[in-house]
Amino acid sequence: MGKLFRTVFLVDLLQGLWVTFRNQNPKYIYTEQYPSQRPKISERYRGAPRLNINPDNGETLCISCNLCALACPENLIVVTSQRNEETRKKELTTFTYDTSRCMFCGLCEDACPVDALELTQDFEMASYTREGTILDRQMLEEGPHPTQYRS
Amino acid sequence: MSEATFLDTTELVLNMGPQHPSTHGVLRVILKLDGETVRGTECIIGYLHRGVEKIAENRTYVMFNPYVDRMDYVAAVSNGLGYCLAIEKLLNVEAPPRAQAARVILTELNRIASHLLWLGTHALDIGAITPVFYCFREREEVLKIFENYCGARLTTHAFRIGGLVYELYDGFEEQCRAFCDMFIPKVDEYEELLTNNRIWVSRLKGIGILNEQDCKDYGVTGPVLRAAGVKWDLRKAQPYSGYEQYDFDIPTAQNGDTFDRYTVRMEEMRQSVRIIRQAVDKLPAGPIMGKVGKVVKPATGEAYVSIEAPKGELGYFVVSDNSTQPYRVRVRPPSFVNLQALDVMVRGGLIADVVAIIGTLDIVLGEVDR
Repeated sequence: MGKLFRTVFLVDLLQGLWVTFRNQNPKYIYTEQYPSQRPKISERYRGAPRLNINPDNGETLCISCNLCALACPENLIVVTSQRNEETRKKELTTFTYDTSRCMFCGLCEDACPVDALELTQDFEMASYTREGTILDRQMLEEGPHPTQYRS
Repeated sequence: MSEATFLDTTELVLNMGPQHPSTHGVLRVILKLDGETVRGTECIIGYLHRGVEKIAENRTYVMFNPYVDRMDYVAAVSNGLGYCLAIEKLLNVEAPPRAQAARVILTELNRIASHLLWLGTHALDIGAITPVFYCFREREEVLKIFENYCGARLTTHAFRIGGLVYELYDGFEEQCRAFCDMFIPKVDEYEELLTNNRIWVSRLKGIGILNEQDCKDYGVTGPVLRAAGVKWDLRKAQPYSGYEQYDFDIPTAQNGDTFDRYTVRMEEMRQSVRIIRQAVDKLPAGPIMGKVGKVVKPATGEAYVSIEAPKGELGYFVVSDNSTQPYRVRVRPPSFVNLQALDVMVRGGLIADVVAIIGTLDIVLGEVDR
């Protein structure tokens, strides 16, 4: 009798539909309208790399110790430096970071002794060319410039 | 002559995949069909082969750690835990209690995320479209915890050899507790949608039966084994990372069919929530990193560590030759072993059930091919 009742009046179907309708309430909307509505990125997010500069004098924090290049599993960081004859210190000349091969594991960031190399919260790193994904020192210091959309 | 061919139908060989959406990746199955009945299958794998075990031989122990996340990318945290435990066994160190508890919380959250993805896609294969959206909505909450903790959502690289590198963030406990409170009613909601659904039940009951003996013969582990009635869970059988402190049950079922595997996984999600609650409540204070030097260089030897990943027994066998690079890393992936049982489960069934059976095995091709 119960089975017949359930079959005739489609009780199982209505039970499932009730769950669907319960979720129609606007406060359960989870969709993000991405380009106009920016997602909330957590503080520790490992995104685009940045080479930090000293905000006071604009000099790079990097001491060209090469530890990041040694820590990288994909060997995608290339650091070159020149020894300053006056101060007997190594000075950074070029710094290349190939994001096309990067898997954002964060090992370079952990290896850096002076917090110069940092993976930031920027996540928009798309490029039209393969060469565009290889970041040089200037791009790393400025950070990415994603297109801004009006909301 | 034409009559004879009509009556004695010949065997039809049908190619399924590798681009079929229901093979959950790039699995190719060659089906031998007699009408609608499947007479035999052959799995062709290797489309996602990246040579992870070979990569390990050319990287240091620390450098290889992010690569293990890319095997079972649905449960990256569990992979990382297995690898770290194996190297820690080689080094003879143990993670501090706080790190162990945090590892348990994160791996159990990952088990929930993995089962949610399984439930959503499995239901989608069968034809129920609604659960996938609900499952991904709840999975998002888990991924947010991962992102807040270690900075990545999928390939997390959350654990390091010897413990953790990131301290738990402020509000971690509250976020985990809020997730647990929110999640249990949601599991009931999925059950409301599916368990009594007549289409769901008739598509799953009695389909793809794998009995206890077959499970043991093929070395099948995880929920597939437990659905056949074997009470075997490595978290209880050989506890690692402090699982012996937590109180939880091993859900089992009797028949070993697709419906039983569904009920076992649903119950496992509830048990995971139980473990997370206990672990968050007694999260000890203290250091998070064990005594491991900057350069990981274990003495000559070998170690095998297996953990209970969401899909079954995940084992790492690491051989060291007293250098900074492993001599050999062999992975025992649960999906690869479980996939072998596909032929037994499918044979004699209908072609429409193949999709349901592949879905219920919960394979990830990244792990099968490595």
